[in-house]
Amino acid sequence: MTDRPLPLALRALDALGQRATYVVDSLGRFGTFLGQALATILTPPFKFWAFIDRIHYIGYRSLLIIVLTGGFTGMVLGLQVYLTLVRFGSEAYLGPAVALSLIRELGPVLAALMVTGRAGSALTAEIGIMRITEQIDALTVMALNPLRYLVAPSILAGLVTFPLMTAIFDVVGIFGGYLVGVELLGLSQGTYFGEMQTFVDMQDIMTGFWKSLSFGVVVTWVCTYKGFNVGHGAEGVAKATTDAVVLSSVLILVWDYFMGSVLP
Amino acid sequence: MIKVQGLTKSFGRQQVLRGLDLEVPTGSITVIIGRSGGGKSVLLKHLIGLLHPDAGRVLVDGVEITGLRGRALDEIRQRYGVVFQGGALFDSMRCAENVAFPLREKLHLPRPEIVRRVEAALHQVGLEGMGAKYPAEISGGMRKRVAIARALVTEPEIVFFDEPTTGLDPILVNTIHHLILDLHQKFRFTAVMVSHEIPEIFEIADTVAMLHEGRIAEVGPPPAIQASSNPVVRQFIRGEPENAEGR
Ligand SMILES: Nc1ncnc2c1ncn2[C@@H]1O[C@H](COP(=O)(O)OP(=O)(O)OP(=O)(O)O)[C@@H](O)[C@H]1O
Ligand SMILES: [Mg+2]
Repeated sequence: MTDRPLPLALRALDALGQRATYVVDSLGRFGTFLGQALATILTPPFKFWAFIDRIHYIGYRSLLIIVLTGGFTGMVLGLQVYLTLVRFGSEAYLGPAVALSLIRELGPVLAALMVTGRAGSALTAEIGIMRITEQIDALTVMALNPLRYLVAPSILAGLVTFPLMTAIFDVVGIFGGYLVGVELLGLSQGTYFGEMQTFVDMQDIMTGFWKSLSFGVVVTWVCTYKGFNVGHGAEGVAKATTDAVVLSSVLILVWDYFMGSVLP
Repeated sequence: MIKVQGLTKSFGRQQVLRGLDLEVPTGSITVIIGRSGGGKSVLLKHLIGLLHPDAGRVLVDGVEITGLRGRALDEIRQRYGVVFQGGALFDSMRCAENVAFPLREKLHLPRPEIVRRVEAALHQVGLEGMGAKYPAEISGGMRKRVAIARALVTEPEIVFFDEPTTGLDPILVNTIHHLILDLHQKFRFTAVMVSHEIPEIFEIADTVAMLHEGRIAEVGPPPAIQASSNPVVRQFIRGEPENAEGR
């Protein structure tokens, strides 16, 4: 803060500098937050029941939406890919085409987006409300680390549930593709699954696995961070929730491209 | 002994504390009074290390806590009990679990001992049988009492109360005040209490401090405050409207 008003020419520069400092500062706090949370994961005591509760919160409660979106994604894929392949007379490859797109790309990404919408936003709102009603301060003054109780269990639960949700999404999606391709469009069942076994190898599955694992960290990290650093009042919680979902979604897509270009 | 020296705190352009000095002797009950929005909660948050001052120091038994972070600060907080203005109950837990929480997580007591102490604590605040309810299912006054039970159940050395009786009916105000007095006689904790209950607090306070415009305008035993010649204090404890002074 300067006491004398700056010359007009410098004001823009000043604003830019402040903006840059702010961004760097926020990034630093964002990173430190994860570091501190990981530190509480690695040191005892471990809050086992909080961890189980978070698995229920993030995983079990997102199950229905995962099954629903997984099924329809598979069906859409089945139909569209069939219509494309049939032009080249290679509709026999419908099975591997559906399976590979699901396992390598769509499964991890769409499952992560769905869990973000279903559980990530709720996580931010819950922690945000705990912040503005001083429940987090109450933990702090009990000499207990709120990160250990609220953030660490969520991140660990993200690591466990995201790969599981992705696996469920993939399986239901492949079945959706089967429904359309085999039951509706008359492809033979043997072709659909047989070609799949030929073309999908472990490496594809591992690609999807690593992706979903990292999305689990990214989403729970962003959502708990936004909840922890909520603004004032109900409006602050609303904004934090929106921010958390938007930032998580963007990071999922950016990180997915990055992983896709690094992983085999 | 808690010692506050030259405490200064601003939020943006708004200066809330302006070089505040205060001493809280060990084992005494000190009540802080002052206008709503005057910075009483802000002062309390500095004492418990939730806010860090722009200038000045807070010393607890000679240890400066203003610069402390992490584990060193937690060591001081181990001795604290805090009743927040809004109660700050964990709303995902039942009332009994709220009271049990510090016993389990902080003191690591065995389960039967926790159950016994929680029942006794809820009984003391007149809430026996309400333990199974969630904070959202009980009245504001009941939440306050659960918060008091949670703060005192660990038998802390130093207790901070932020308006523990605001919003309670007159009978409950006296009940809570007597409860605090009883427990104080039993455990001899040091208490810092923010309260608007005038004149009731004059019966339980050892020292009353009036916060005005970011400083302590007057501090002393209740009779001295009641007989004060300071117009700010007189106006406040008589509840005269703001423009009455000039007439
Ligand atoms: N975190 C904060 N950020 C910005 N301003 C704050 C913050 N906390 C408190 N203030 C401001 O500080 C001033 C003092 O607030 P405080 O809560 O201490 O009042 P109080 O004396 O406890 O009032 P009451 O008796 O109504 O509880 C208020 O004007 C408030 O706007
Ligand atoms: Mg207050």
